[in-house]
Amino acid sequence: MRNRLIKKINEARRKKSKLFCAYLTLGYPSVSFTARLIEELEKSGADIIELGFPFSDPLADGPTIQASSGYALRHNVKFNDALRLVRSLRKRGVGIPIIFFSYYNPIYQHGLARFAKDIRRAGFDGVISPDLSPEEDPAFGRALRKEKLSLVYLVAPTSSSRRIRMIARKTSGFIYLVSLKGVTGARRKLGADIAAYVAKIRSSASKAVLVGFGVSTPGEARRISKLGDGVIVGSAFIDSIRRSKSKLKTVASFASRMIRAAKGKG
Amino acid sequence: MGSLPDKGGHFSIFGGRYVPETLVAALDELTVAYRKARRDKSFQRELRYYLENYVGRPTPLFFARNLTRVYGGGRIYLKREDLCHTGAHKINNTVAQALLAKRLGKCRLIAETGAGQHGVATATAARLFGLECEVFMGEEDIKRQALNVFKMKLLGAKVTPVTSGSKTLKDATNEAMRDWVATVDTTHYLLGSTVGPHPFPMMVRDFQSVIGRETRQQARKIAKRLPDYIIACVGGGSNSLGMFYPFLKDRVKLIGIEAAGLGLNTHYHAASINKGRTGILHGMKTLVLQDEEGQIQLAHSVSAGLDYPGVGPEHAYLKHTGRVKYEAITDREALGAFDDLTKLEGILPALESAHAIAYAKKLARRTRPRDVVVVCLSGRGDKDIDIVKNKL
Repeated sequence: MRNRLIKKINEARRKKSKLFCAYLTLGYPSVSFTARLIEELEKSGADIIELGFPFSDPLADGPTIQASSGYALRHNVKFNDALRLVRSLRKRGVGIPIIFFSYYNPIYQHGLARFAKDIRRAGFDGVISPDLSPEEDPAFGRALRKEKLSLVYLVAPTSSSRRIRMIARKTSGFIYLVSLKGVTGARRKLGADIAAYVAKIRSSASKAVLVGFGVSTPGEARRISKLGDGVIVGSAFIDSIRRSKSKLKTVASFASRMIRAAKGKG
Repeated sequence: MGSLPDKGGHFSIFGGRYVPETLVAALDELTVAYRKARRDKSFQRELRYYLENYVGRPTPLFFARNLTRVYGGGRIYLKREDLCHTGAHKINNTVAQALLAKRLGKCRLIAETGAGQHGVATATAARLFGLECEVFMGEEDIKRQALNVFKMKLLGAKVTPVTSGSKTLKDATNEAMRDWVATVDTTHYLLGSTVGPHPFPMMVRDFQSVIGRETRQQARKIAKRLPDYIIACVGGGSNSLGMFYPFLKDRVKLIGIEAAGLGLNTHYHAASINKGRTGILHGMKTLVLQDEEGQIQLAHSVSAGLDYPGVGPEHAYLKHTGRVKYEAITDREALGAFDDLTKLEGILPALESAHAIAYAKKLARRTRPRDVVVVCLSGRGDKDIDIVKNKL
């Protein structure tokens, strides 16, 4: 299967460079801000965008992303905004791989096959759904494969070796390795045992491993990114948007420090 | 019927497990422990001991002579779960799960609560077995149910107000799951209804089935036969499923009563079965109140215990197969039934249970005098006194 995401990952592995994936809540604080920030992130060298579709009951998320999702929903962000946004970015030549991140219910309500077709046409490359266990709804995986879209599954610190092997087999693109037992949100420092844990996953899977949850400083981005194939940063960006009162320049400069650090350049 | 759910916790297309990966190991561990406990005579003996000597089982099946006379139809019998320790059926499940948690070596219980009945029942079981306890409760519900909040605190539980989302039961459930994701090594999530990811819907159903099993025996003894109708209210669905489950294979008409709030044609109700669509909430696939985009909608009911935008997956399945009929009762009708039962029998029902009583009144016209109608009186009404005072 070829899509922008797979190409990007293969290329990074060939060049032995680290991948940087940024999570943004769609429509926080506005859809046009999200669009401009994605362009900035691409320019700064980010490799993958996870575009978070807001959900009323985000049970894997901490206060930061809960608040940004609630804000977006109160400002009437709809499914079509996600499609329109990515369609217009692609038209403007933005080539960065974009993953549709959503809790499973909004996807399910759209209709699985229709969802796959619609997001493919808009220019998405894959899907992450944090509450879709790999055992459930195999029809969804089939619908995505038909549209050449990747379905990325998560591995957690509590996953058994047998599950890790199963998830590594089923995931497409990369393995999203959840760094800690808990919800999303910035942490000052991740536990010391993270290195051994990432090593364990890497030894049992040949696919790329990106580590997410809690990475919030350039120092942590550098340290964690070294362990696997790269890092995923989300809440730290949302915090930066909130703290800077949505100043694009401030957020973009924080992003570029994070990206350089993750790639071992800063 | 005995074969459901399947190994993955599915009731046909409903149920299953839609959870963050971090929780899968704990759910697997719980499933194995529960299956073992179910076969383990010493666990069953211990559970029976506490149900008889602590909870106060069996609860009576009471012939409501006055209510029968006034409603003017079949003979109405009340299954008196309101007489359970702590005042509702919830404790059947909390004592059982707390015992199981001890077996799993967990030292802390967490729970979500809406009306506060499940919170009180969990705090109580935690005291009994010497476990730590934290209860998540929506800020709105804390205001509505001050008495139960105070009780939980007296029982040594930490009551954590939930300020996210709608600040009610659904958000308390999210918050309990978020806590569990972070504390899964030491903590058991004591879910209070037949909802959530597998194995909870199956396990809570089994623990509550004592209601239906007793009712069967008692009906045979007192009324000399099985009931013709059984009525129970449905929020998440634990008292109703516990009551219905042992009768699924019998020729008994089973009727679940949802909260119609201000009316099924308004936006203010909690009738997920009658008005919801199939979707995913709190780890299960079931019938859910939601908008066209799949955002979960707020439920409304005068009764905090029915105020939930989803329902247990087995109920969704029983609706699907047609085995159980689901009706809805408005706030106003429920309050009327509260008054009826109080005045006629000297029993103050929980507003949840008052929904079932209200339907018994409607049904009466269609029943014959020799019919046996059982109503599950799932809880007592003390907790609702303030609400009733303001509304009547």
